[in-house]
Amino acid sequence: MKTNILFRRISINIIWLWIGLFSLLPLLLVFVTSFLSQGTNQFISYHFSLHSYAQLFSPLFLEVFARSLCFAIVTTLCCLVIAYPFAFILARLKTNLKPLLLLLVIIPFWTSSLLRSYAVVILLEANGPLNSLLIHWHIIDKPLQLLYTNFAVVIGLVYSLLPFMIMPLYANIEKLDQRLIDAARDLGANQSTVFAKVVLPLTMPGILSGILLVLLPAMTMFYIPDLLGGAKSLLLGNLIKMQYLAARNWPMGSAVSIGLTVLMGGILLIYWRFTSRRDRQALV
Amino acid sequence: MTNSIIQIRNLCQSYHGQEVLHNIDLDIERGEFITLLGPSGCGKTTLLRLISGLESPDSGEIIINGHDVTQVSPQERFVNTVFQSFALFPHMNVYDNVAFGLRCQHVAKDEINERVIAALEMVKLEKFIHRKPNQLSGGQQQRVAIARAVINKPLVLLLDEPLSALDYRLRKNMQMELKALQRQLGITFVFVTHDQEEALSMSDRVAVIQEGNIEQLGTPREVYEEPNTLAVAKFIGEVNIFDTEIIEINNDDLTVNIEGRTLTLKNHKGFRADQKIYTLLRPEDIKVWDESEVTDTSNMLPAVIEEVIYKGSLVDLSIRLPSDRIIYATEFFNEDDDTLNYVHGEKVWVEWYPGWEVILPHED
Amino acid sequence: MSRLFKSSYILLIYCFFYLPIAILMIYSFNNSTYSSLWHGFTWHWYVALFHDPSLLTILGHSLLLAFVAASCAALLGSLCAVILNYYKFKSKTTLYTSIFILIILPDLVMGISLLMLFYILHIALGFWTLLIAHITLCLPFVIVTVLGRLSDFDRNIFEAAKDLGASDMIIFLRILLPMLLPAIIAGWLLSFTLSLDDVIISFFVSGPSYQILPLYIYSMVRLGVNPEINALCSLMFIATLFIVAGSQLLLTKRR
Repeated sequence: MKTNILFRRISINIIWLWIGLFSLLPLLLVFVTSFLSQGTNQFISYHFSLHSYAQLFSPLFLEVFARSLCFAIVTTLCCLVIAYPFAFILARLKTNLKPLLLLLVIIPFWTSSLLRSYAVVILLEANGPLNSLLIHWHIIDKPLQLLYTNFAVVIGLVYSLLPFMIMPLYANIEKLDQRLIDAARDLGANQSTVFAKVVLPLTMPGILSGILLVLLPAMTMFYIPDLLGGAKSLLLGNLIKMQYLAARNWPMGSAVSIGLTVLMGGILLIYWRFTSRRDRQALV
Repeated sequence: MTNSIIQIRNLCQSYHGQEVLHNIDLDIERGEFITLLGPSGCGKTTLLRLISGLESPDSGEIIINGHDVTQVSPQERFVNTVFQSFALFPHMNVYDNVAFGLRCQHVAKDEINERVIAALEMVKLEKFIHRKPNQLSGGQQQRVAIARAVINKPLVLLLDEPLSALDYRLRKNMQMELKALQRQLGITFVFVTHDQEEALSMSDRVAVIQEGNIEQLGTPREVYEEPNTLAVAKFIGEVNIFDTEIIEINNDDLTVNIEGRTLTLKNHKGFRADQKIYTLLRPEDIKVWDESEVTDTSNMLPAVIEEVIYKGSLVDLSIRLPSDRIIYATEFFNEDDDTLNYVHGEKVWVEWYPGWEVILPHED
Repeated sequence: MSRLFKSSYILLIYCFFYLPIAILMIYSFNNSTYSSLWHGFTWHWYVALFHDPSLLTILGHSLLLAFVAASCAALLGSLCAVILNYYKFKSKTTLYTSIFILIILPDLVMGISLLMLFYILHIALGFWTLLIAHITLCLPFVIVTVLGRLSDFDRNIFEAAKDLGASDMIIFLRILLPMLLPAIIAGWLLSFTLSLDDVIISFFVSGPSYQILPLYIYSMVRLGVNPEINALCSLMFIATLFIVAGSQLLLTKRR
């Protein structure tokens, strides 16, 4: 009995030690740092200051934030619009090929998004396959400037993040009970009512998980604008990176991160309202 | 106009090349309680889904209230379903579940409220309006499902094994409530079940379905006492089946050989001398006599008691015939009769009330 | 929706997923440095890859890091999953929430927060900081995978073992670990790919003393398209393909 309690205590403590020391404490550090001021020869100086937060409302920052949010929302909407029908069809498919089809979605989920973004670079190059094809078909005369544009950034983000929208949607739709759809139709609902009143509310947890998994990375994947974007495609992620590594302004970088985390908290709150404990544990 | 509310003509349906319904013809009368009875996978649920419009048939037609609805979508059929395991919307409370159908028809708010409350009062759930389905017991969920379906005032209510998710005692209560509800509403009920006892006790008529065919359609009494086929007899209740040889036909009498004994039966169905037949007997139609009680054993079979199962108001006996075949008999307790004290190994004589047997021809 | 429409839609999305990667792989065999036109088949870029000593060192670094990180994460993660599944303790909900937050926390925030921790603790950036960061990154994925498996189990197994007199440690080592092995290996494989692919977190917590593959690729890719990188990415994609297929096979095999 004594070893049981010991085993239990040790294992719980190890887990908590790791998560506390390497996840929660660092987050706390970011939080604290955001209230400090920039040091001259050190990265931070231990003086309380709200300067960083004040800077958040400077026009420069607001512009980056708005643009970044805009990119992220466009990306998320594109992912949702593409992924929902896809996940729906896939989840309802009755074929022996289903495990294979599912595997083909899971593989991009785990493939390095740097690698996949690079593949998009090749695709969109001035003398790349897409332009060559368009010229070959006489749709255009000379190569289009596709790379280093906002369009390329959105393509890259959607391409990288689409699996993260598909997976939670698929998991959610697959659990959707066909009998509920039958019951709604039986009670006189037409296709659009069935979708709006039954399917959509019941798949809302999946939609929100998908948004959660796409929206935030879309604002922070700094290497996608680096590789695909033009000079004006600076995202929040690039800004944070710059504050840390180039400008060496850690408090500012922390404040931006906190802003991001607050945004995450907001989405989480909506998510919490729409989901039951079971749904959340299913996502975890 | 006929008295049929639903007419089904030559209905066929198949999945992945496998036919699940063959040429079904069925007339359902206005206001009746009809049960589609059959083992799982016989096609009864498919038939129900075709009536409700959730599936469309490969061929054939369905006429509801004089209109051909074969190609009509479910929301225009005036038919509602109580689903197996209820299919209540988990994200809506009781009120919203029940109001769903009316809202789909854009009924005015006041009227919705009035009708929902009335429907919930009918199923005695008016106190649970704001509960979510997962906060209700199985029986309560069942009632919500019923209220949700009948609030639309359907011409026909379809019930797909609605009681299978409930425990035994609750099922008994719900059977009675459903029957009372049907009488009160005067709506036609089409009830699907694989439970023969449920079918017999609730229905006005029973359609026994096997392997995609309606084997027999009749009152519970008809399908129990006069089964058309061996399959129906075997599926509904216990039955003893004797392979029987016709020896001689005399006017209305058949002289036959059963288990090596020569017996005389009534020839109701005009069998010919060269036909092979089965004799079917329900356990409760068999009489078991103590050796000391009988003198004339000419129309009886000798046997030995194998097992005695006491069931309160009756006794189930399994009896071994000289050929080592086991048959089953049910004896009812009679207050004046204390002779039902059978013991294992006791020698007895077996007979049945003349004419209570069912004789069927060989089917091949 | 018609069947045709459904199948073509699905097909279109799969093309979207795989066409760019297919093009990348085709180009890795193209006998030309700059042109996107086909100049004949060559193994040249793959040969060059394996004759680049600095690249091989970096690859070795990455493999070692991924191996150690995946192993630690698998061990720690399965322990955590078992605890969450079988024990009742006060901080359980908090632990669930922490793991949930860890999953949805943007990599970037995780990266900078760890960078600050290492700075405050005066830990030099290198192998150890990368290892800690990667274990933390992989941990929730192992927990999710193992928890998924655990929820399929019959709770009675645990109690039956207890009834027969096994201590918790024996139960963990002799019953749960063997039963969970497929899920743990799957979690390990997924952690391995995660560690091998991670750019964002590594970007912040790596130092010049310990270069790793994804960052090397990142620095190369920023300079533009390069056939040698095509070859390297193709190899990495093939490796991911096999690892993920293997892990999925382990997860579905006995369900």
